[in-house]
Amino acid sequence: MARRKKKRKIFSPIYMTLVLIVLYLPILMVIIYSFNAGRSIGAWQGFSTNWYTRLFNNALMGDALKNSLILAGLSAGLAGVIGTLGAIGLAHGHIRGGNAIESLATLPMMIPELVLGMAYLAVFTAVGVKLGMTALVLTHTAFCVPYVFINVKSRLVGMDPAIEEAARDLGASPMRVLRDITIPLIMPAVISGMMLAVAMSLDDVVISFFVTSAETTTLPLKIYTGLRSGGTPEINALSTLMLALIFVLVGLSQLMRARSDKKLYSSK
Amino acid sequence: MQEVLLSLKNISKNFGEGDVLSGVSLDVHKGEFVTLLGSSGCGKTTTLRIISGLETPDSGEVILNGQDMTDLPPEKRPVNTVFQSYALFPHMNVEKNVAYGLKVRGMDKKAAADRVAQMLELVQMSEYAKRMPSQLSGGQRQRIAIARALAPQPQLLLLDEPLGALDLQLRRQMQIELKRLQKKLGITFVYITHDQEEAINMSDRIAVMRGGKFEQLGTPEEIYDRPKTRYVAQFIGRSTILTGRVVLADGSLAVVENENGSFTVDADYAKMTVGEMCDICVRTERMRVSRTPVEGFSLPATVREARYAGGSVMVYVNLADGTEVAAECGFRMADAPKAGDTVYMHWNPAQAAVIGGASYGA
Repeated sequence: MARRKKKRKIFSPIYMTLVLIVLYLPILMVIIYSFNAGRSIGAWQGFSTNWYTRLFNNALMGDALKNSLILAGLSAGLAGVIGTLGAIGLAHGHIRGGNAIESLATLPMMIPELVLGMAYLAVFTAVGVKLGMTALVLTHTAFCVPYVFINVKSRLVGMDPAIEEAARDLGASPMRVLRDITIPLIMPAVISGMMLAVAMSLDDVVISFFVTSAETTTLPLKIYTGLRSGGTPEINALSTLMLALIFVLVGLSQLMRARSDKKLYSSK
Repeated sequence: MQEVLLSLKNISKNFGEGDVLSGVSLDVHKGEFVTLLGSSGCGKTTTLRIISGLETPDSGEVILNGQDMTDLPPEKRPVNTVFQSYALFPHMNVEKNVAYGLKVRGMDKKAAADRVAQMLELVQMSEYAKRMPSQLSGGQRQRIAIARALAPQPQLLLLDEPLGALDLQLRRQMQIELKRLQKKLGITFVYITHDQEEAINMSDRIAVMRGGKFEQLGTPEEIYDRPKTRYVAQFIGRSTILTGRVVLADGSLAVVENENGSFTVDADYAKMTVGEMCDICVRTERMRVSRTPVEGFSLPATVREARYAGGSVMVYVNLADGTEVAAECGFRMADAPKAGDTVYMHWNPAQAAVIGGASYGA
C-alpha cells in the first residue's frame, strides 16, 4: 500500500511536467522571442520591446485589429441572442425531437473547419452575398452559436424548475418570469458563452480565409499571411497579445461559471 | 355547515402512462387544514399542482369560492404554494423574495415593504431580511418560503411536503409552528405529506391517497380508529389484520371466527351478516397479552420475541395458524413473556375496527 503510493508520487510529477512542456513550451517560445532584439527565432540577442512598438505603428495591423474586434463583437453578440433563445426554447417548450435539434445545434463544433469554410463560400457565392465583413459576421455567428447554446442549456438543466413555477404561482406572467427570473439566472452562462465565442472568433483562420475579401483582413489572417511571407518577430508580438487576450477571456468565462454555479447550487 | 372554499370535481389526469388521477373529488372548507397523505406516486403532488394551476386536468373542475378556475393560469389564481425544494429565487435577497408576489401584482412600494416586514416578523426572520438564500439554513429557507407564499394573502395555501427536507427535531418544531400560524391567520391549508404522524398531528381532515384515488377521507380519528380499507389500516399506524367468518351479528357486537378461534368486535357502525367474510383491524397498542385465558374471548399464541421499546415492551407472537401479531404492552422487561411461552391475545371489542370498503379482499 505504502509502496504503491510512493511510486505514484514519482510518476505523476514527471508525467505532468512532460505534458506541460509539450503543451506550453512552443507557446512560451513565441512569447519569449517576441521580446528578442534581433530578427531570428532561435538566437537570443537581448531584450527589447521593439517589435511591439513596430506592431503598434503598423497601420495595416491596426486595421486588422479593428476588423477582428468588430467581427468578434458582432458575432458573439448575435450568437448570444440566438443561442440563448434557442436554449430557453428547447428547455421549456416540450418540442418533439428536442434531442435531435440539440445535437444539430452543437454539430458545427465537430465539423472540420475546412468543410464549413468551403460550404459557406459555396452558399454565399450561390446566393450572392458579397464576401467580406458581412459574410465573416454570418459565418462567425454560425460557429459561435453552439458555445452559447451549450453553456446556457446546461445552466437551465441544472436549475430547479420549481423556481420558475414559484414565480408564476406568485402572480408573474410567463414573460415576466422570463424577465425577472430566468434571464437573470442564466446571465452568467450567457456571458461566459459569449466570451468563449469572442475567443473562438478572434483566432479563426480557416473559415475566415474562405469567406473574406482582399480588402477585409483580420488579425489571425494577418498572422497567417505574415508567416507565409517569411515571418517577423512582429508576428510573435501579435500572437503574444492575442494569447493574452484569449487567456483573459477564457479565464473570466470559467470564473463566472464557477461562481454562479456555486450560488445556484448552494441555494437548493 | 361551514362554507366550501375549494371544490375538486371528478378530476382526472393522465401523463400518457396510465391515470395519475382518476376521478378525485374533494370539498375543502374555509379555514380548514386538509392533508393529502400517501406514498410517492399516489398522485398527491399532481392534485396540488392542479389546484395551483401548474397542471391542467384532463377532465373535471377546480372551483374556488364558487368560481370555475379550471382553465385559469397559475398567476391568475388567488392560491399560493410552498414548494418542497422551497424554490427561493437565488438572485434575490430574503426581502425581495417575500416582496415578489406583491411587486408583480403592482402593490405600491410602501405598502409592500410594510407587508414584507410583517410577514418576516410572523415567521421570526426579521433580522435576515438582507441575506441571500444561499446564506440561510434549511429551516430558515423554509420559513422564507412560507412568508413569501403568505405575503399576497392567498385564499388558499398549498404546501408540498414542506417539512420533508428537515431533520426530525426541526420537523416536529415546524409542525407546531405551522399549525399555530394556520390557526392564527385562519387561512385554508391543503398540505401534502407521506408522513402519517405529521398528517395525524396537524390536520383537520386527511385524505389517504393511493393509485390516483382517495382511499378514505376523514378526520384523523376516523382514519385511525375506523380505517375503511386494508391499505389505510396498514399505512396509518401499526396494526394486526385478522380475517374471519362472521358467526354472530346482533347489530352492536359481531363475533368472527377463524382457525385461531373466535373473537369479538364492536360493529354498530358496520352492516354485517352472518356467514360473510370480514377483516378486523386491531391497533398494536390496543392488542393485549395475557398469560392465562381471558373471560370473553382470547386467542392462544406462541411468543417469538419480546423487545424493550422505550417505556413499553413490544411482544411479537404467532397465532395458531402462524399469523404474526405484534402487541405493545405495559410490562416491565423482567416480567415480559419469554420466547416459546404460550400467551392469550385479546382486546376491548370497542377498540377494534371492522374494515370495509373498496379494497376489501384485495
